[in-house]
Amino acid sequence: MGEAQALQDPYVQRFVEMETQKQRFQQLVHSLTDKCWDTCMGTPSNKLDSSTESCLTNCVERFIDTTNYVVNRLESTPASSSGGSPGSSEFS
Amino acid sequence: MDFDAPPPGGKMGAADKEHLMGQVKQQIALANAQELLQKMSEKCYKKCIYKPGTALDNSEQKCIAMCMDRYMDSWNLVSRVYSSRLQKERHRMQ
Repeated sequence: MGEAQALQDPYVQRFVEMETQKQRFQQLVHSLTDKCWDTCMGTPSNKLDSSTESCLTNCVERFIDTTNYVVNRLESTPASSSGGSPGSSEFS
Repeated sequence: MDFDAPPPGGKMGAADKEHLMGQVKQQIALANAQELLQKMSEKCYKKCIYKPGTALDNSEQKCIAMCMDRYMDSWNLVSRVYSSRLQKERHRMQ
């Protein structure tokens, strides 16, 4: 009951929004670290060497590039999953 | 003061709100720690245990310790790179 009341409070709403956003960020860092660790890490040594560091950096950047590319391509070619004619608008 | 029973129909007190938000933060921190623990165990088991013996031997423990530190390093690096990329993207959108 108290919680339901609190959720209608603008101050609490703002707090929940911020925390949700932070959590989304953290979740993405978890999954990117998972992916890029598999791609980049050899045998763990006593320091993160520079080639592993640059591999991890590239991995994150290229993953975001890939996401952007996918989004852009899907937006620019509506309803054509197999390179079909642009303008066919089955889904819009 | 009675924290358990807010006045009927009234608003939550400031102290109640702070308490609630503190709890939310704690739950989130716990969930993140659990996720990290789970990933570390999975990744470092893969890296360090080739043939599970009757106990974790010395070299396996050393490997796991090193692996955990490197996983933390990687997590922090990924977090930095992702965060600065987000800032750049936000700049581009404006």
